Amino acid sequence: MNEYSGLENELISVFGESALAQQSATDEVITLWVKKDNIVKVLTYLKQTAHHPFGMLFDLSAIDERNRAKTKSNGVISPDFTIVYHLFSFESNCFVRLKVALHGEFPSIASISDLWKNANWYEREVYDMFGIRFEGHPNLRRILMPLTWIGHPLRKEHPARATEMDPFRLWDEKQDREQEALQFKPEEWGLKRHSEDADFMFLNLGPQHPGTHGVLRIILQLDGEDIVDAVPDIGFHHRGAEKMGERQSWHTYIPYTDRVDYLGGVMNNLAYLLAVEKLAGIKVPERVEVIRVMLCEFFRIASHLVWYGTFAQDLGQLSPVFYMFTDREKIFDIVEAICGARMHPNWFRIGGVAQDLPAGWDKLVRSFIDHFPKRLREYHRMVMQNSIFKARTVGIGIYTLEEAIEWGVTGPGLRACDFAWDFRKKQPYSGYENFDFDIPTAKNGDCYDRAVVRVEEMWQSLRIIEQCLNNMPEGPYKSDHPLTTPPIKKNTMKDIETLITHFLNVSWGPVIPAGEAMSCIEATKGANSYYLTSDGNTSAYRVRIRTPSFPHMQMLPYISKGYTVADLLSILGSMDYVLADIDR
Amino acid sequence: MNEIFRYILMIVIMLFTLTTIAAWLIWLERRMLALWQDRYGPNRAGPFGLLIVAADTIKLFFKEDWIPPFADKVIFVIAPTIVAAAVLMSFVVVPFAPGILVSDLNVGLLFFLAMSSLGVYSIVLGGWASNNKYSLLGALRGASQMISYEVFMGLSLMGVVMLSGSFRLTDIVLAQKDYWFVFTQPVGFVLFLIAGIAETHRLPFDIPEAESELVAGFHSEYSGMKFGMFFIGEYLGITLVSAMVVTVFFGGWLGPSFLPPLVWFALKTFVFILLFILLRASLPRPRYDQLMEYGWKIILPIALLNLLITGAVALLMY
Repeated sequence: MNEYSGLENELISVFGESALAQQSATDEVITLWVKKDNIVKVLTYLKQTAHHPFGMLFDLSAIDERNRAKTKSNGVISPDFTIVYHLFSFESNCFVRLKVALHGEFPSIASISDLWKNANWYEREVYDMFGIRFEGHPNLRRILMPLTWIGHPLRKEHPARATEMDPFRLWDEKQDREQEALQFKPEEWGLKRHSEDADFMFLNLGPQHPGTHGVLRIILQLDGEDIVDAVPDIGFHHRGAEKMGERQSWHTYIPYTDRVDYLGGVMNNLAYLLAVEKLAGIKVPERVEVIRVMLCEFFRIASHLVWYGTFAQDLGQLSPVFYMFTDREKIFDIVEAICGARMHPNWFRIGGVAQDLPAGWDKLVRSFIDHFPKRLREYHRMVMQNSIFKARTVGIGIYTLEEAIEWGVTGPGLRACDFAWDFRKKQPYSGYENFDFDIPTAKNGDCYDRAVVRVEEMWQSLRIIEQCLNNMPEGPYKSDHPLTTPPIKKNTMKDIETLITHFLNVSWGPVIPAGEAMSCIEATKGANSYYLTSDGNTSAYRVRIRTPSFPHMQMLPYISKGYTVADLLSILGSMDYVLADIDR
Repeated sequence: MNEIFRYILMIVIMLFTLTTIAAWLIWLERRMLALWQDRYGPNRAGPFGLLIVAADTIKLFFKEDWIPPFADKVIFVIAPTIVAAAVLMSFVVVPFAPGILVSDLNVGLLFFLAMSSLGVYSIVLGGWASNNKYSLLGALRGASQMISYEVFMGLSLMGVVMLSGSFRLTDIVLAQKDYWFVFTQPVGFVLFLIAGIAETHRLPFDIPEAESELVAGFHSEYSGMKFGMFFIGEYLGITLVSAMVVTVFFGGWLGPSFLPPLVWFALKTFVFILLFILLRASLPRPRYDQLMEYGWKIILPIALLNLLITGAVALLMY
């Protein structure tokens, strides 16, 4: 990750010695503290004029530092809050992490929503979660929590348990107030009610709507059936996954990750555990890597099958979804045989996986590999070659590569813009470098191309699974590291040290060394990343989950303007999001 | 006196049979869709789940018959009755078999076209009276779709009228003694079938409802038996269009004499009903403007051309 070490020198030469301070991070991502007054200038420089420009604002989040064990802090600055910017450069294939220290109870900082389009929602999220104001933001209002919410959930003084709060009651006046808050007022969004020759209609699509795949609300400004503008209203699926991370132990947080991208199953475990293992310094055995890859690819196919079927259904084709769910069921049979659960197996562990593969797993996998290609070909004829399907998707919802990067699009949506970028290839993790597979791309960046990429990805995943099947290494299914949780059972019966570690790790949870680390995986829907901060405790100090669906949904108004309501469904379908992945 | 009694008897039998068939079609559709989609479908109530129809009817009758406070009450109540009534009226002229029909009007075909056009009122009024934006969009789509497809529904049938020389449906059936009109009017048949699907707004022409876009379109706000009326109206519509296709293009009740005429008619109609269901199982839904374009720019010229050629041939031959 640290290929571009000249960056600090370049920045120092431009902004001077005093403007920056370097910090080392466990994951070796270049981490720089920038003075609050300089941050916009530094970010502008990095985006526009740097030697290797950082085109994508990968993530923007904050940390409430006030409770952090001071002795463990980085020693450079001791702030009340830290704003963390993650930028990514496709040219040099590297991340850079910029931090800004903020002081005071409710501090503020300059907004960068002019610099990156996708900063808008990220800043609103930070405001919502921390109460930090962004000056110059066009519409700084809550995004995930209800407008009537009191307090900012990710601040340390905000309770994380229902038992720490008063019992929930909904009396009539409160209900009226909540409903009043949900009323859409176009003026608040700078939308006009009339044009010169027409009155606009505001159509409230969702949160309960058959086409939104979950509790998503989109308010459409319509001229006839043409979309003038759209305002996505998210947060109905917000379950405080990041807050839970500060409450659960490192080990007991794993099941929560399953439910972030709930179609991705164990792939979420992987993103989280890669970061934890970086912090803990665990190198997992080869067999673990291959098992993990195999399960992840199964879930990629399962997730894509759900997308495939529901996309066709959104366009009115009723049958494919049933065939595809039947195949998904076959995958779940295998997942169940291996993990014991289906959608949310919670099966990866710190330093390994929960159990070894069961006897006969290879037969199950083999039969799926034999069965699935025929079905995929049939689906291709049924859906992708259908002329009505093409008429509904070709040339709809187009964005260019530049726009995609500007908005933070990752995954198949990015590859559909003729850009072969896949983190499994470019920054291999969990041994992906040992596998032979291609990165499918498509040319036009429209709804149809996004579908083409996903369909081809299923073929590639099948290839990877077959390689896992043929080359499954022997060896332990857990690493022999003291922080592996739970540790290998048979060792606990042999020496007292392992017994004690076992006892402590299972009862209190493992103590992960202080530091910070970020993982980035190519999840089913795009780049999923966990940025963990540890202050050397049994639970994380801060868990930041960067999900792909969040920036994708933010782009929706931009790519659906000028299309019709029917096209909106094509665009939503081709985007492949799940609400939990947006709201967390 | 006898004559009047015969009419009344025929009407009562017809009403009873048709609504029963329409209700049973709901079961048939769900079972056939399930068969084609690798699942079971309703199979619990009664043999093969046949009694699901009874269960559904009871449910619909006993559901709260809710009229939204923001709706236009009178029109909201009237709208669903129009579609069922209009379709049932069309059946007046359908000759199921010699002697088994309510009235053999000499303008039978025109009567059918007129009645089926009335169905659009149901959609427009229902959608408008609901005072719901989804319903309104559905109603607008429905109105423009049905009016457009009405145009060449009529045109596609005119070839048959030229060949048989009558608007009376019994005459049209009898004119097919030697060969069915589907062979002399293949284009007319295809166009009529397309228009018929559009008329019943079934997939791929279900854009007034378009579940994934407009929830349920024009009947989003309807519940209980009022929804039931729309529902029955849809299935009556399928039966009607299938029956008309058979009457006009497939020789109606005509067929080898080892089966009675009524059975022939029922069998042929059944095939087309299945085709309707199969279409729903297989096709996606085009966009509203694509549908309009398809109608006006492709189908209408073909219908006119067909009419022109048929006219020329008829002129030369007779």
